[in-house]
Amino acid sequence: MTTVLEPDTDTTDAVEAPAAPGGGLMRRPRRITGALSWFTTIDHKRIGILYGVTSFTFFLLGGIEALLLRLQLARPNGNVLSAEMYNQLFTMHGTTMVFLVVMPLSAAFANYLIPLMIGARDVAFPRLNAFSYWCFLLGGSFLYSSFFLGGAPDGGWFGYAPNTSITFSPGHNIDFWVFGLQILGVASTTGAVNLIVTALNMRAPGMTLLRMPIFVWMSLVAQFLTLFALPVITIALFLLMFDRLFGANFFNPGAGGDPVLWQHLFWIFGHPEVYILILPAMGIVSEIIPVFARKPLFGYAVMVFSGVAIGFMGWGVWVHHMFSVGLGPYAVSAFSVSTMFIAVPTGVKIFNWLGTLWGGSLRFTTPMLFAVGFIAMFTIGGLSGVTHAISPHDRQQTDTYYVVAHFHYVLFGGALFGLMGGFYYWWPKVFGHMLSDRIGKVHFWLWFLGFNLTFGPMHILGLQGMPRRIDTYAEKMGFDAWNMVATVGAFVIALSVLVFLVNVAVSRKNRTVATADPWDGRTLEWSIPSPSPYYNFADVPQVHSLDEWWHRKYTEDDSGRLVRLPEQPPEPRLATDEEVARIHLPSPSYFPLIAAFGLPVMAYGMMYKAYAVAVIGAVILIAAIYAWGFEPSAEPEESS
Amino acid sequence: MTATTTAHDDTAHDTHGAHVTNTGLSNEKVAMWAFLGSECLLFGALISTYLLYRGRSVSGPLPKDIYDIPYTSVSSFVLLMSSVTMVLALAAVQRGDERRNRVWLTATALLGASFVAGQVYEFTSFIREGLTIKTNLFGSSFYVLTGFHGVHVTLGIVMLLSLVSMSLRGRLTKERSEVVEIVGLYWHFVDVVWIVIFTVVYLIP
Repeated sequence: MTTVLEPDTDTTDAVEAPAAPGGGLMRRPRRITGALSWFTTIDHKRIGILYGVTSFTFFLLGGIEALLLRLQLARPNGNVLSAEMYNQLFTMHGTTMVFLVVMPLSAAFANYLIPLMIGARDVAFPRLNAFSYWCFLLGGSFLYSSFFLGGAPDGGWFGYAPNTSITFSPGHNIDFWVFGLQILGVASTTGAVNLIVTALNMRAPGMTLLRMPIFVWMSLVAQFLTLFALPVITIALFLLMFDRLFGANFFNPGAGGDPVLWQHLFWIFGHPEVYILILPAMGIVSEIIPVFARKPLFGYAVMVFSGVAIGFMGWGVWVHHMFSVGLGPYAVSAFSVSTMFIAVPTGVKIFNWLGTLWGGSLRFTTPMLFAVGFIAMFTIGGLSGVTHAISPHDRQQTDTYYVVAHFHYVLFGGALFGLMGGFYYWWPKVFGHMLSDRIGKVHFWLWFLGFNLTFGPMHILGLQGMPRRIDTYAEKMGFDAWNMVATVGAFVIALSVLVFLVNVAVSRKNRTVATADPWDGRTLEWSIPSPSPYYNFADVPQVHSLDEWWHRKYTEDDSGRLVRLPEQPPEPRLATDEEVARIHLPSPSYFPLIAAFGLPVMAYGMMYKAYAVAVIGAVILIAAIYAWGFEPSAEPEESS
Repeated sequence: MTATTTAHDDTAHDTHGAHVTNTGLSNEKVAMWAFLGSECLLFGALISTYLLYRGRSVSGPLPKDIYDIPYTSVSSFVLLMSSVTMVLALAAVQRGDERRNRVWLTATALLGASFVAGQVYEFTSFIREGLTIKTNLFGSSFYVLTGFHGVHVTLGIVMLLSLVSMSLRGRLTKERSEVVEIVGLYWHFVDVVWIVIFTVVYLIP
């Protein structure tokens, strides 16, 4: 896995963190630069970069899977893939994009940005943060090891039992899914605890909750959803694990087990999950648009409250994934209404973005293009979502390509557009140089075109009745032309991703050095040098208002026009050596990686019923946790 | 919720006395509360599963055939009493009485261990009477729910014993009593969940 990446900030001299007194057997690693230091880092910014690189790698893998699927479906009676391989690829495509791409990519931004945006030096629990990342990397790698160990999971990303029970899926394919997702659940849950505590407890002086940047707010809501939704799927996986490994009867209809239980548990997790995926991207877009419209976010407080409202209401709509199950008219009516209702706070957000754009002096840079593209595409996806609230219509569309079109418009047209915009927007802060805007625009337009070519026609295919998850279709069903268009579109998306990679390489070579505040930004991360130094802030900021950094630069005259303050804030500076010596940051640690390593060992041991191996994994985990608990800190007598 | 002054020079690792945070609660304590919130959903999903499957087994043995409610009531009482000793342990360390702190922590661990031992005995006798996880829906949902809780109690015992060992090495002083409070939060949570499980699994006919 290509997670070891030298940042552009590296100097040739090794920099060491402040020395830990004591030491001895449990001496903590000290180096904070160089290739090896990436394995022990607990710096939230480097962990953010690790999350970003790893999830982008998984994005490429999931994309290759999608291309194979589209090749198979390009023509009727396709024979590129066997039916079995087709099942594995669509399962892995969905699982990858949800759990290994959009969630961790949001975690990448949250990790990197939340401490910077709230004026903190790190997250609340730096070592736990590293542990979350390693669980994510090892859980994802565990899942992908299935391709080399007898076949990947093939039960869909939703893994409906009893189709995934041992009777119908006797191989180890599903075991990889069951254990892989549990490891990823550990990663997400520990990450959620960490980020929640960080946002609630570690804000700079003056940063009240309603002065937090909107991205921090949306991530906070998403982390609360993660905290409460992940346990539900964990229990579903846990029950399935007992069925598969130990012969329990939870999903065995012969013994009275109820397949609908799986659906309820899965979708009680699955629908909040949708908001876990989209809220951080909404936060990113809400940061980008005010900067490039040079206006404050329209209705900041309403944006916050609608995000929180989505967080609550997201728990009351899961049955719309199950309208065709036959739960009776009362359940279906109630969930139809709640589904229509949740469109309200989402619609509020869209109007707030439009209100921010309205009358602004717009600059259509690459991040802005992605943000505006987000609004347009997400609106289409939102509207087709509202059509699913109408249960007769929903029943007609269940398991057709119309549903595939819908959720790609919200997750690709929404989440991925937003995250991609975030890459272009924060790249200079992270790496110290700009991404090329010219190549970026080529990237955007290809991406936008390819996306609509791929997923637009799927609305039509679905309305024509083409079912999803079939590995091929017969001729003369009326599906041929639009399927070919969709396949061509998929390759245009692939081309646009190549353009992005070229942009990364070219921009790195050309090194258009970024100033501290290249976009004339509004939030605190732009008040420190680019790339951000490892201690974040030379001076801990005092916050007086929302958009603190903006208000240090601008004010309004009597007629409400924007004017630059005569006295501009001093140029962002690095801390002096003396100041650095006074900033206490915890030292790097080996143990998060070692502890996380115990989990896949346990999982392999369990699934192959080599219980000795599972015990070894557990011993590794427990020993590493104890070593972690008792290792000396950067300061004497410290606990975390 | 206004801000504080100096905490941010050392992030989470403030060692100069109490943590100075926005909420006034330490990071560790907020984290434990968040974690327990997550645990509620874990137990909630399992308890819902048990409730859904009540009376839906197609073959025996059924709860009425094998439950020994007086026996389980006694072991439940033992577990609940361990919450009392936990409170006493915290009170002791907050007074700076490290010896009594160790006594009460050990007592809590022993009471917890008696509960777990009781559960092991109960499981063994049920298996002898012909109820395993494979037997029927009741067996599956009973063992997974109560076993999941038993693992939680066991982890709690491990934490308590770790505290005792810290205290023996002089690392659990009055100033650091919060770690006892945080382990106590976990311990009380596990006890409270047992009240729900005991009611749902054993008492509701």
